[in-house]
Amino acid sequence: MNDNPTIEFALRMGDNCLILAQQVGAWCGHAPVVEEDIAFANVALDLIGQTKLWLGYAGELEGKGRSADDLAFLRDVRQFRNCLLVEQPNDEFAKALMRQFLFDAWHHPMLTALTKSSNARIAEIAEKSVKEVSYHLERSHDLITRLGDGSPESHAKMQDALNDLWRFTGELMTPDSVDEALAADGAAPELSDVQAEYTAYMRSALEEATLVAPEKVHMYQGGKTGVHTEKLGHLVAEMQWMQRAYPGLKW
Amino acid sequence: MSALATKPSTDDVWGWLEEVPDPEIPAVSVVDLGIVRDVEWKGGTLVVTVTPTYSGCPATSFISRAIEMAIRARGIDDLKMETRISPAWTTDWISDAGREKLREFGIAPPVGGAASCAGALKVPPVVTCPRCGSTHTERVSQFGSTPCKASYRCLDCLEPFDYFKSF
Repeated sequence: MNDNPTIEFALRMGDNCLILAQQVGAWCGHAPVVEEDIAFANVALDLIGQTKLWLGYAGELEGKGRSADDLAFLRDVRQFRNCLLVEQPNDEFAKALMRQFLFDAWHHPMLTALTKSSNARIAEIAEKSVKEVSYHLERSHDLITRLGDGSPESHAKMQDALNDLWRFTGELMTPDSVDEALAADGAAPELSDVQAEYTAYMRSALEEATLVAPEKVHMYQGGKTGVHTEKLGHLVAEMQWMQRAYPGLKW
Repeated sequence: MSALATKPSTDDVWGWLEEVPDPEIPAVSVVDLGIVRDVEWKGGTLVVTVTPTYSGCPATSFISRAIEMAIRARGIDDLKMETRISPAWTTDWISDAGREKLREFGIAPPVGGAASCAGALKVPPVVTCPRCGSTHTERVSQFGSTPCKASYRCLDCLEPFDYFKSF
């Protein structure tokens, strides 16, 4: 872990965007309908743009001359700080949509709060990102509602996806020393405030989608400190292979 | 190219930039879209500040380069391009002329101010078909051919069209 909690925080925000973008980008050419294909590609593009802002800031703070690209392509799995939720595999469309919704529903209130950060750089990155994410949330919310409250088959698939992924949502709202340090300076919100908003939003969204969040689930932790599920290694290997095979290759 | 004897005014520079088209939507200029935020002389250096539309828009670096080339072609060598992300770019900055050019090009311009920017589950705006003028249109997808556009179709003339979404 970095001694500077702001670097850790920027890596977490940036790695969430990067890993989710990599996953979502993989749907390009494979989504069941062309509109969703295009939507996923656009969401991936926004997230890559946001990754550049966050990782660029992390690299500057670190002061070792590492660019956003260096951080994305030359770190190993244990150095990634993304949450476990975004590294869960694409498997099928229902899971990809549910993963997106569970993340967007956190990302939006988090970024909204960060627009008021005492750290001017964090505030401006959040201001830029939150507008894009409001479109992501609108889409993922709409789709889980329609598919959850859809045919028996679509409902079953969305419920299965929720049952599988819900255990990875707790981490996003469980503060550790990094979150506490930033909250103490007013640079980031108290995660309990974000959680209150998330819980209320989820309650009404899931009810409308006729889906039920599992109860008494053990919430998995670790991604924020670099302890990941086995899924991330495979993803990173694919994402980084070109830089690994041809070090220093430029586009 | 050698340096100019006299410094062109910033108004001149704005005039040149009005001729630099957006690479994705060549009907409008980078000034019409509100991407150029500032043009100023700092001593002998011309500083041009641009604001990206969407953070991942692949056209952003292309636009900066197009602006740089347009200015260098006028003989200005001492040029600095700066990027500013706050305040964040908004469709409110698209000029009236730019909106009209979008419509003529077949893209419905943004409806309402940035306040009507999606947000979770707000009612989609009433978008007028750029071809026949009907308001009897429907959204096909919130996302379209570029990050800034949504896909719509007209229920009267039946043509599909792009809508430049409020942002």
